[in-house]
Amino acid sequence: MIEVDNLSKRYGDKLAVDALSFTVRSGVVTGFLGPNGAGKSTTMRMIMGLDRPSSGTTRINSRPYEQHKAPLQEIGALLEAKAIHPGRSAYHHLVALAASNGIGKRRVLEVIDMVGLTEVARKRAGGFSLGMGQRLGIASALLGDPQVVMLDEPVNGLDPEGVLWIRNLLKDLADRGRTVFVSSHLMSEMALIAEDLIVIGRGRLLSAGPLADFVAQSSGRSVRVRSPQAAHLRDLLVGDGVSVTSSEPGVLDVQGLDAAEIGERAAASGLVLHELSLQEASLEEAFMELTRDAVEYHATTAEFATTGGTNR
Amino acid sequence: MSTTALAPHDTPETAGRHAAGQRVTFPRVVHMEWIKLRSLRSTIYTLAITVALVVGFGLLLSSVVGSGEGPGQDDFGDPTSISLGGVTLAALAISVLGVLMSAGEYATGTIRATLSAVPARLPVLWGKVVVFAAVSFVLMFIAALGAFLAGQSVLSSRDMATAALSDPGVFRALVGAAVYLTGAGLIGLAVGALLRNTAGAITLVVGALFVVPGLIQLLPSSWNDAIGPYLPSNAGNSFMAVQTTGDALSPGAGLAVFAGYIVVLLAGAAVLLKRRDA
Repeated sequence: MIEVDNLSKRYGDKLAVDALSFTVRSGVVTGFLGPNGAGKSTTMRMIMGLDRPSSGTTRINSRPYEQHKAPLQEIGALLEAKAIHPGRSAYHHLVALAASNGIGKRRVLEVIDMVGLTEVARKRAGGFSLGMGQRLGIASALLGDPQVVMLDEPVNGLDPEGVLWIRNLLKDLADRGRTVFVSSHLMSEMALIAEDLIVIGRGRLLSAGPLADFVAQSSGRSVRVRSPQAAHLRDLLVGDGVSVTSSEPGVLDVQGLDAAEIGERAAASGLVLHELSLQEASLEEAFMELTRDAVEYHATTAEFATTGGTNR
Repeated sequence: MSTTALAPHDTPETAGRHAAGQRVTFPRVVHMEWIKLRSLRSTIYTLAITVALVVGFGLLLSSVVGSGEGPGQDDFGDPTSISLGGVTLAALAISVLGVLMSAGEYATGTIRATLSAVPARLPVLWGKVVVFAAVSFVLMFIAALGAFLAGQSVLSSRDMATAALSDPGVFRALVGAAVYLTGAGLIGLAVGALLRNTAGAITLVVGALFVVPGLIQLLPSSWNDAIGPYLPSNAGNSFMAVQTTGDALSPGAGLAVFAGYIVVLLAGAAVLLKRRDA
């Protein structure tokens, strides 16, 4: 379990993390979502005790991380790929880390095998690709067979096979009762693996809870209806609490009625339907809506024009 | 493999908790630093270069001193210091190694992995100090002894005055050379940990050990006499010399001053390591 309580981090006059509080429970995969610059990595570094909070506390399995006697059994983290000396082999890097916690060489070989680096483990890590560096980082996170696994953007640089492997690994860990905390700015990835979701923007908590609630609470569902008699159908459907919009001729997006009700009304009036489908708000849309005002770096040409050359 | 290896016995609260004997102890942190030191070619090379400088330069000086070319015999107090003439230059190499051992971890990002494994932080610094001091002292003493024996035999073959290991002060001078080289490396290690920047730390250490002593000599002699003996390099020279000359400190005082620099720098490194973001 990870507990973050009223956590803040200030860099100069910029508040990177602002009074953040949340709990990550064990047994499920929890996604940590936010636009670039939202403070995800800073929060994770503070949980690992690498950055010192300006105020607030973080606890792993009920204690501040640095008070644990066997740290690598409590939490394993991937915070940046290639946190390794380019002249050292992956094997020696892991053996050294393992030695500090009294973890044997057998476990080192096990995790190297697990992440698929056996063939290159004895080579100097300087020649590793981003994907291999990512796998090495995951190997070091798993070294102590920890209760909590925390990964910052783990799928970066991985090939599709690697992405699938990570997904299965994380679900497997969660099924074994471990706490799994994964950051990403890719909503689509989160939709596939996360059960809980913590969303932050500009260092502040925007939402925390089950992913399903997160999607349901956002703008919600609509039903798409395609019909050659769309205009007639629209008149039939609009009413109290029902809104109908149209994005192209012959297509209606209906909110406030479910698909069955729409189908029955159309049949009762003898109208022809070519399509009747439930449109769930994607996680992506829900996320965009939630963070619209909290995006640090808007890619608008207007902003470029006003700030260009000043290098804030 | 990937599923069986994770954990054989899992319930949410007890899974894998504190498997037999797995916890952080200081000897284990020392072990980690030892593995890190020996698993890099660059450290092996730098240590080899340092040994080669101590022995090779000592031999070179022993072969040319008093021959009319190169330095004259009067430049050295005694035969021992001729054969230890490579120590000053070797200190340059080993202080760079010290810097690489600490600042190098920041440059490569390894420090984040290290501090994740040992979140108490301070044992990491002390572990580096122990490993570096032990490896360096043993190697540098062997190098100094080799330089002395080889140098004296060259001097003897040239019918020049020689010293024996049993002569008063000679053994102390050899130990002193190993202590000085090890200390120069520890100064590099501490400065590297303070600045966390390889190039900056190397510049600062080289400046303090090799450039400042030369600049001080340009000052009025009353200043030079007051400050000079307390510079790290000159304090070190006083316990590497068989005979104390001129206004140099006594061997004991020199050692105390030299150790003082190391203690203050390491204490500063420890305070900042504990306080700063990694």
